[in-house]
Amino acid sequence: MNNDGVLLQAARLIAEWDPALFEIVLLSLQVTMSAVVISCLLGLPLGAAVGAFRFHGRGAVILILNVLMGLPPVVVGLLVYLVLSASGPLGVLELLYTPTAMIIAQIVLVTPIIAALSRQVIEDLYLEYAEQFASFGVSRYTRVRALLWDARYTLPTVVLAGVGRAVAEVGAVMIVGGNINHVTRVMTTAIALETSRGDLELALALGIILLALALVVNVFVMALRGTRVRGAYA
Amino acid sequence: MPKCDAKRQSSLGEVIDSKIELPLISARDIGFSLNGQWFLKDVSITVRARKRTVLIGPNGAGKSLLLRLFHGLIPASTGEILWKGQKLSSNSQECQAMVFQRPVMLRRSVMANMRFVLGVRGFAGREQTRRAKDALEMAGLTSLASRPARVLSGGEQQCLAVARALACGPELLLLDEPTASLDPAATSRVEELITAAHERGIAVVMVTHDQGQARRMADQLVFLQSGRVAEAGDAAAMFATPKSPALRAWLDGRLFVETEAN
Repeated sequence: MNNDGVLLQAARLIAEWDPALFEIVLLSLQVTMSAVVISCLLGLPLGAAVGAFRFHGRGAVILILNVLMGLPPVVVGLLVYLVLSASGPLGVLELLYTPTAMIIAQIVLVTPIIAALSRQVIEDLYLEYAEQFASFGVSRYTRVRALLWDARYTLPTVVLAGVGRAVAEVGAVMIVGGNINHVTRVMTTAIALETSRGDLELALALGIILLALALVVNVFVMALRGTRVRGAYA
Repeated sequence: MPKCDAKRQSSLGEVIDSKIELPLISARDIGFSLNGQWFLKDVSITVRARKRTVLIGPNGAGKSLLLRLFHGLIPASTGEILWKGQKLSSNSQECQAMVFQRPVMLRRSVMANMRFVLGVRGFAGREQTRRAKDALEMAGLTSLASRPARVLSGGEQQCLAVARALACGPELLLLDEPTASLDPAATSRVEELITAAHERGIAVVMVTHDQGQARRMADQLVFLQSGRVAEAGDAAAMFATPKSPALRAWLDGRLFVETEAN
């Protein structure tokens, strides 16, 4: 089959709402969104705290966060595998080769990205607010909360970076998920598998959906950033 | 309940129950140094309740620094600063409010900016709303309450900054060049607001480079030069008969050469 034929077949799979295809898409979204939400809950307050507080060893924390941003996914996959495997410390939970293991691996990958990028955003904002906050007598807790709220039109870009990392990730989820059909097969691992098997239609259909998702998320964030309201509050 | 004087809780418009001559701030021989350089040295000033004290002097004289020391934003290197005879603390800071040269507006609406500081200072929901509305009305900003604070004009933002400071009912208002870079109309609105606050019994310490403003606003004048008090006293007397050559030069609009504080 030539490339045009592959593209047509891929389009047909999408148009016909192929159950196998959408099972993979749905699981991908579940894993990615769960990981990003949990990473935001962990990473945003952490980034805000590091950005807004001055403490001994802060420079080292920033350095570690920045280094962790570039963690190789296969290394993360390996580490999570070792922890979750039967002989690992959390082996008793029997999470290996489950979507939960994939979510854990993605959290490890995405949390440092969200923490490090939000730290920079919050720190820039805090430099502007610091003296006024000191004058108001703002407590540490209120400071973090207020900074996160006031950065609400900038932080979606940070979250988007996390979504991008999670949704495009292959290595870690392949290792801890095992790419098991109907259980842990997500878009990226399916694309890798189907391409190697020569089933290019399904691989291309998944690729198109992946690109479309990236487009939708970017359009959403651009729309958010571009509104007049955002302009007034950013 | 806010920690500042309980007599001040009910209304922004109440006349403050303070004795006229009560010293709010007593700064004794204070100095501030950084990396071996002295930016303020041997400064002794008393700020009295219900009085307007204006700090003047050339750039780098230490005027803004002195305000920050009074407000407890940075500690003095030497000497002591007392608030009503007690050491500066978070309680004394809550009885003061400071407005900076460039107003810092939170990325929220005008009303949300007001409510934020009132919440931080411990005022409950309804009291927050009442105080915010009163202060905005006083500043002539009621119609802008729902607008994003950062889209207001420079003059409106500075009025909002003063209103936000006054909403908490401070006993002392510290103003660091509040009308710098504002046009005459906006300057007039900010001055009216400060005057209204003073008429309600709030003491004011203001830094300015504007001689006309100093003449309009000062009860007490402090002329700082090279981190020291070159001359201080009754404003009218100082304007009429300046004693130091530096103040005479400043009043004449002439340049004079700075000397090192240390």
